Amino acid sequence: MLDLTYETPKIKTIAGAKHDWELVIGMEVHAQVSSNAKLFSGASTQFGSEPNSNVAFVDAAMPGMLPVINEYCIEQAVRTGLGLKAEINLKSAFDRKNYFYPDLPQGYQISQLYHPIVGEGEVLVEMGDGVARMVRIERIHMEQDAGKSIHDMDPNMSFVDLNRTGVCLMEIVSRPDIRGPEEAAAYIVKLRQILRYLGTCDGNMQNGNLRADVNVSICRPGQYEKYQETQDFGHLGTRCEIKNMNSMRFIQQAIEVEARRQIAIVEGGGTVDQETRLYDPDKGETRSMRSKEEAHDYRYFPDPDLLPLEIEQAWVDDIAANLPELPDAKKSRFIADFGLTDYDASVLTADVESAAYFEDVAKGRSGKLAANWVINELFGRLKKEDHDITDSPVSPAQLGGIIDLIASDAISGKIAKDLFEIVYTEGGDPSDIVEARGMKQVTDTGAIEAALDEIIAANPAQVEKAKVNPKLAGWFVGQVMKATGGKANPKAVNQLVAQKLGQ
Amino acid sequence: MSDLNKLGLAEARDLLRKGETTSVELTESCLSAIDAADALNAFVHKTPEIALERAKAADARIAEGDAPAMCGLPIGIKDLFCTKGVDSQAASRILKGFKPEYESTVSQNLVDAGAVMLGKLNMDEFAMGSSNETSVYGDVVNPWRRGDDEAALTPGGSSGGSASAVAADLCLAATGTDTGGSIRQPAAFTGITGIKPTYGRCSRWGVVAFASSLDQAGPMTKNVRDAAIMLEAMCSHDLKDSTSADLAVPNFEAMLTGDIKGKKIGIPKEYRMDGMPGEIEKLWSEGAEMLKAAGAEIVDISLPHTKYALPAYYVIAPAEASSNLARYDGVRYGHRATLEAGDGITEMYEKTRAEGFGPEVQRRVMIGTYVLSAGFYDAYYNRARRVRTLIKKDFEDVFAAGIDAILTPATPSAAFGLGEMTDADPVQMYLNDVFTVTVNLAGLPGIAVPAGVDKQGLPLGLQLIGRPWEEGDLLNTAYALEASAGFVAKPSKWW
Repeated sequence: MLDLTYETPKIKTIAGAKHDWELVIGMEVHAQVSSNAKLFSGASTQFGSEPNSNVAFVDAAMPGMLPVINEYCIEQAVRTGLGLKAEINLKSAFDRKNYFYPDLPQGYQISQLYHPIVGEGEVLVEMGDGVARMVRIERIHMEQDAGKSIHDMDPNMSFVDLNRTGVCLMEIVSRPDIRGPEEAAAYIVKLRQILRYLGTCDGNMQNGNLRADVNVSICRPGQYEKYQETQDFGHLGTRCEIKNMNSMRFIQQAIEVEARRQIAIVEGGGTVDQETRLYDPDKGETRSMRSKEEAHDYRYFPDPDLLPLEIEQAWVDDIAANLPELPDAKKSRFIADFGLTDYDASVLTADVESAAYFEDVAKGRSGKLAANWVINELFGRLKKEDHDITDSPVSPAQLGGIIDLIASDAISGKIAKDLFEIVYTEGGDPSDIVEARGMKQVTDTGAIEAALDEIIAANPAQVEKAKVNPKLAGWFVGQVMKATGGKANPKAVNQLVAQKLGQ
Repeated sequence: MSDLNKLGLAEARDLLRKGETTSVELTESCLSAIDAADALNAFVHKTPEIALERAKAADARIAEGDAPAMCGLPIGIKDLFCTKGVDSQAASRILKGFKPEYESTVSQNLVDAGAVMLGKLNMDEFAMGSSNETSVYGDVVNPWRRGDDEAALTPGGSSGGSASAVAADLCLAATGTDTGGSIRQPAAFTGITGIKPTYGRCSRWGVVAFASSLDQAGPMTKNVRDAAIMLEAMCSHDLKDSTSADLAVPNFEAMLTGDIKGKKIGIPKEYRMDGMPGEIEKLWSEGAEMLKAAGAEIVDISLPHTKYALPAYYVIAPAEASSNLARYDGVRYGHRATLEAGDGITEMYEKTRAEGFGPEVQRRVMIGTYVLSAGFYDAYYNRARRVRTLIKKDFEDVFAAGIDAILTPATPSAAFGLGEMTDADPVQMYLNDVFTVTVNLAGLPGIAVPAGVDKQGLPLGLQLIGRPWEEGDLLNTAYALEASAGFVAKPSKWW
């Protein structure tokens, strides 16, 4: 396997009125754990169900109801930790985070403040060919999601849907290692990719199954390095947290806008207040949600309804042994085994399904040819119709069949594209189609020669001209292709034309 | 047969099996006694239809020879237990009209054992109180009186309704819950037996939570044998409660041999409090003498951190309560305040909780919120948790040194008058729990047994504290104490 080494991306600077500024970004990503049941109840996690239909007594915080941990959710959190090369804490514990809101029936969220299940890990964030940044993960903890408050159905009332209440979230907390809006987006892309490979979160940002709180601060060049040396946050600016972002585009916009806001404050002689802010994409601004003074006092304390969570190393080892191949490893392998470029390998490993599709096609064939066909023809065609690789009308076997026909010179590259279109729209076995529709390439030089001779005989003037100007040979090639319905092997035609015209 | 309601569980069970009475007769006898005892204010939701239906079913099972442990025995259920389709409001206004769609594990275990529920019993609001004066239903009255004095006395709390009902023979036995002494103190005030088992023995599922790390259910009965029978029926390993113990429940009744020869009984010097009434002191010594006479060895022991138990308890219990009671917000069930135009969610919370919770509950919610607040957490909650660890270790050390059980007074006084403490500092009321809270903090089993009367004729109880999970052994020691004490006094009926 290739060991890929990366260059560190250039740090984005923003020019203020007086100075250049750098950005420092840390993220808290809330990823909904893929599980059938909630973290502490047996209620379903099905998205899009009738309001308040997936609610167990414990989710509605009925009197005397008690939480019981869903072991599968623990397994998913451990799997995620292992996938992020993080340390797994064999002993962790649940705490209550207390606050009042109608979509939080218990009046507290069960979370893991003091003893999270996963400790330090890392994510390699790729920023294009050979450039990447290693972002450190501080911790991952499990917690309950809240329900949904609906304020726009009635002028006087609010409604609450508890279907999401108690669904298991993983909060993945990064160190402030991200240095610009593009890196922030790339971090989410990579994290999402890993989670999807692991099968621990479906990464659906639209449904809110993956959302991020983004912490942004600014500093003068050189300050960040001091922070990295000492891990002393004093070298950095005051951060603001932008809450609840679930669009890659808005994350980038919000960071940019927030950084510029902070720069304007600091350059104007003011100080940035630590606070929680919201991004308004319509106005293109962030606005204060609550200041530090207004910050909730969550009164965290260990949840007395749940015993400390103890897991065994053997169990963790077993999960580790059954982890799927992860994006970085798969990409390295594709480069090493199939001779792909970094770019092609990245594209093909973007998700498990594409990678598996490619590997099926490439098996026993030219990796490069397979990559070209999968990326350029198939992905292009699928994208045009908004299809996903999982519902591709062309199977890997079919695409492989087309590639085999090219490799054996049975069809030309041009015919292959026609053939692909037929297979895509009509289906069928590629070699049968070629046979049935007479698409096979004519490599029989006798037949080509006969056609050429006929053309030469019929066009003596052209022959004379071509002898003086060799560029006109192309006209003869074109005529032969026309005469053979495009099926003549272009290489053979070229050779014969050159030979006959005495070039 | 008359006065069937005066029977205990074991006696009634034996009569039922011999066919000398029926569950319907027993139940009707209790229902009449209940109807005649409104002055005690013990039963607050009567369920005669359910009772008679279950009694008939029990009689059928007995006739078929298929009678489980408590088949046909009429009991009362503390209002803290959620009972399916029956009002369960933890004696709070905020749960007015709440009828759960589920049955608590403990009350279901009792149903499965064939017991007959007569109704729901009064208690302190959310089990917060030591005199049953914080209930939305009003005070419970102790059937005992000071001689000829007609002044109403407290039955203790928080399981005051259970205690009063059992002492007044309104039922054969009752469930209680104990967070800091709420079974043992009222048992002692009313001359009955009450055991709080080891934390984790009884499932907390379906029991309205006060302080989750301390709450335990237990039986309140007319004697130790009945406590053994009913405790066994209540206990189970429950997958719905993560703190429930995965341990087999022994046949406690079979362990009642009365033989305690060679048992080492510890007398903790720290429980000899300043200002303790002479009668309590005397009762304690007599209790030790009785156990010694029965063959036990009496050993002076030290539980050095005892004096910190009460303050630690009154930090931990309110802290947990402040969080446990957050769910009563008027959003989904129970009381919701009428709002005025312009009121928002904050006003809804404030008004609902101000109207729904009584003063003692509000006090504890505020204390709990305060001790968990940023800046105070370490000074209060974390320190209290450390104290708790030390208290637990005190007990572990004496048990490791060979002590089998610890004998203490159950309460610092006999029952006091209702209203007597109204104007006192709340801490005066909290002092009622001084002998009992250590047991909850350490998660140990503790039992209160009536052992004598004071000069005004009021019952006094002694407490025995046992090793974790050894309720059988503890019950047997209590059985021996009961036999020696020979407590037979009953309140004279005035209601």
